[in-house]
Amino acid sequence: MKRRDLMSAAAALSAMPFAARAQGAVTKVTFWHSMSAALGEEVNRMCAGFNTSQGAVEITPVFKGSYPETLTAAIAAWRAGQAPHLVQMFEVGTGSMLAAGPAVKQAWELAKETGIEIDPQRYIPAVRGYYSLPDGRLASTPFNSSTPMMWYNKDAFEKAGLDPAKPPVTWDEVVKATQAIKSKAAAPIASTSSWFSWIQFETYGAMHDLPFATKENGFAGLDTQLEINKPAYVKQLSRILEMSKEGLFKYTGRDNAPDPLMISGQSAISFNSSGMRGDMVKSAKFAWAEAFLPYDQEITQSPLNSIIGGASLWAMTAPNRSVAEYKGVAAFLNYLSQPAQDEAWHERTGYVAVTPAGFEKARADGFYRENPGADLPIEQLARGTMTPSSKGLRLGRMPEIRNIIYEEVEKAFQGQQTAQAALDSAVARGNRVLRDFERQNKA
Amino acid sequence: MRTDWVAHTVLLLGVALFALPLWLVIAGSTQSADAIARGELSLVPDPAGLGVYWDVLVHGSRGSNPVWRMLMVSFGMAMTIAVGKIVISVLSAYAIAFFRWPCKSLAFGVIFLTLMLPVEVRIIPTFSVMAGLGLINTFTGLTVPLIASATATLLFRQVFLAVPDELVEAARMDGAGPLRFLRDILLPVSAANLAALFVILFVYGWNQYLWPLLVATDPKLDTVVIGIVKMIGAETAVEWNRAMATAVLALVPPVAVVVLMQRWFVKGLSESDK
Amino acid sequence: MAERRTVFPGVVLPLLLVAPQLLLTAVFFLWPAGQAIWSSMTRQDAFGLRSEFVGGENFSDLFSDPLYLDSVVRTAGFCVAVAVLAMGVALLLAVFTDREIRGRGVYRTLLIWPYAIAPAMAAVLWILVLHPQVGLLGRWLNRHGFAWDYKLRDGQAMSVVILASAWKQVSYDFIFFVAGLQAIPRSVVEAARMDGARGWRRFRTITLPLLAPTTFFLLVVNLVYAAFETFGTIQALTGGGPGKATETLVVKVYRDGVVNLDLGSSSAQSVVLMVAVVLLTMVQFRFLGRRNAD
Repeated sequence: MKRRDLMSAAAALSAMPFAARAQGAVTKVTFWHSMSAALGEEVNRMCAGFNTSQGAVEITPVFKGSYPETLTAAIAAWRAGQAPHLVQMFEVGTGSMLAAGPAVKQAWELAKETGIEIDPQRYIPAVRGYYSLPDGRLASTPFNSSTPMMWYNKDAFEKAGLDPAKPPVTWDEVVKATQAIKSKAAAPIASTSSWFSWIQFETYGAMHDLPFATKENGFAGLDTQLEINKPAYVKQLSRILEMSKEGLFKYTGRDNAPDPLMISGQSAISFNSSGMRGDMVKSAKFAWAEAFLPYDQEITQSPLNSIIGGASLWAMTAPNRSVAEYKGVAAFLNYLSQPAQDEAWHERTGYVAVTPAGFEKARADGFYRENPGADLPIEQLARGTMTPSSKGLRLGRMPEIRNIIYEEVEKAFQGQQTAQAALDSAVARGNRVLRDFERQNKA
Repeated sequence: MRTDWVAHTVLLLGVALFALPLWLVIAGSTQSADAIARGELSLVPDPAGLGVYWDVLVHGSRGSNPVWRMLMVSFGMAMTIAVGKIVISVLSAYAIAFFRWPCKSLAFGVIFLTLMLPVEVRIIPTFSVMAGLGLINTFTGLTVPLIASATATLLFRQVFLAVPDELVEAARMDGAGPLRFLRDILLPVSAANLAALFVILFVYGWNQYLWPLLVATDPKLDTVVIGIVKMIGAETAVEWNRAMATAVLALVPPVAVVVLMQRWFVKGLSESDK
Repeated sequence: MAERRTVFPGVVLPLLLVAPQLLLTAVFFLWPAGQAIWSSMTRQDAFGLRSEFVGGENFSDLFSDPLYLDSVVRTAGFCVAVAVLAMGVALLLAVFTDREIRGRGVYRTLLIWPYAIAPAMAAVLWILVLHPQVGLLGRWLNRHGFAWDYKLRDGQAMSVVILASAWKQVSYDFIFFVAGLQAIPRSVVEAARMDGARGWRRFRTITLPLLAPTTFFLLVVNLVYAAFETFGTIQALTGGGPGKATETLVVKVYRDGVVNLDLGSSSAQSVVLMVAVVLLTMVQFRFLGRRNAD
């Protein structure tokens, strides 16, 4: 331990420019993110806007690659005493970042130390719930949030004899719709889903008030265990496996690999992130719409909110980091949450407005009149009264757990095991990861 | 010579096995990305699409750096590793073969040990050593750990051991010291091996994937091999023609080195006791 | 170890000359190797903030984990398949290049250039051939009723990575086989032919045994290549998936260490791999008399 400290100190000393903290000098702050291409340009625009809006702080955005790459980079940098001031961390990395102890400065702590307010109440409940401590204090600042939706090809619906203005609302209706699509061969693929774990298990659980894991989905303790092999989840997976066997659903890959199938019109119905909207507007050459996710009417008649995906912003620590630098970070976070900024980000990128104020502003400016359906994600996020099971998830090493779920589900789709067996296996393997994480992080 | 049809057939099939994917990549680079994504990749190149090469050199593909930049990184890395490794290995092998000194066997054993640890096995701990030294994301971090291994040292040692005694005695009688001997006699005599090793090490450095992936977290330090995998890895909306053009550009330097230096390379590889 | 008869005097000079390599070796081999051994006996979190010494627990967890043992078996099968395929094709091509035919030099060049291809690039090239929607062959298979998608089917994924990995290695094996064949004295071959031995019999009784040292050398090299250098190929083609179908040991080390941030376990895996390579290399050097470094 001692040698590592010495080394990081030496490295930090040699790496940090010996810039005098002269009065009036501009405070420089670095921001690592994973927004590529068009999204990256938006980040650049926001940062430039912040820089010109005041002269005391200059923030520099740096694109670091994908979310997992950025996480690894941030950890390595922190170990060398060179962590960035602010890093964008995907939602499933929240558990790991919370366990990072002194490596991060949580939002409430940042606000307290700098005197600059970062008000949790400013954000919509479903969004802030994911990134808060159990007592409501904000750990990281929401930034880009999406939620899953059901997308459908209106032209294919017409061809199948379905009413394009009335998408299916329950899973039974989805099954009937896909049967119609299949019988009329209205599309090569009746239905598919991206982000299988996020959409068909994590969000499904939230909407139906089913715990994904014990201890309030992990919020209340590290000794949490997975619950996804309970009957309701098994029913969900069995249903989709049945659909797959009958040619009503096709599993087409992990994460967002299935996205192109919806965009190109090959799949009549698809479950994807709300963030796919931008690509649909740009590239889909057919009539389409987005709708609420279907629910199982036997479990509930009024589904709760869906959960978010995306990322939040974490402030990181480094030796000799000054209060002025932390103030700069807090000021930037404040800037981002203002209605005008939130609206601009939401409208330009397809991520949801994370503040009600931003949402209202977008509505007042007529954005939803011109883009019908773009307000559905936020409505779905704000639906019902949030319960411990619909707050989101807080599990350590969640990316690994998602991969485990993918692996087991993929085996089931190939007919190698039943839904119950797949989920039992996923729970056993996932719990082992959770116990490991718990042991690794015992203070 | 009777024409040996069997041999020609087998060999032509063999050549085609390697030429076909390469041709596909060249042809594909000139076609339209959308057409390829739709499944219309054809073996016939479209001369009108040649502009993609310039385009990709200057602009890169979606979410990646300009390719000229990645080629520079790759080139710098390959040359640094090749030259660095040759220099260090020649010096070490010389010290081991032409001198006697205490603990020589021990030193040789330690160096030999490194043969047994390919970088893939030591990535994680080497990464944390680099992190501790602040060398993540630096050019030094990219190259130096790869210079350390022993294959070249062993090879040169074998060669040096076999150098005729007469050469050394003649040099001694001329009053030449060890360093002059190295420079004026030994290096020229080992030229073929040096050339062979250069080819091997250049290709090795150019083709690295795992180490740069780990160490260079800033996309500015992406090598061209990593750049291509990233371009294709995106799955959604891959700009196929650009990715393929980049692939062709990435293949040119190492292939050129191998083909142009083929004679020395083959000789050095197979004749020296590796 | 072998020594020269004629050497130069002096001790300081050689020590200076060998110092750079020793220094690099110490910093980039010995230290990380030591760290790996130390880490393999700890349990720590991703940030390195908390570290607990657990002795051999990571190893016992590893060897009692059916998934790890699966990975070992999978890697062994993969390595053997790649080695056999690459060496088989290379030997075939080398034998025919060895004949007295026109354009032999040209054929040689055309079979040597693929040495320059990076393992990751080999994957990219084969994606263009085999991708279910984009690849020439992949599309053709799907169009003709064969459900081809190596991203979703275990067996197909494994075949594809074996194919791409072996393909990349053929050139290297080819070079050595050509040299090995040329080293066989013509007189021996002629004598066998005059004795009436037909082509295949000649090959089996004369050529193959004389090629044995080359073959053995290549076998070890190919196995080590398949175990380690194929990381780029596998990562680019399947990422270790679908499920764990193509997750070889080195992919697993990467996955556990870098993606899952489980440093204790991945260090333990690295230590196991280190031991395996040391054993393999020792075997290689012990049995290859002439190439023995001692």
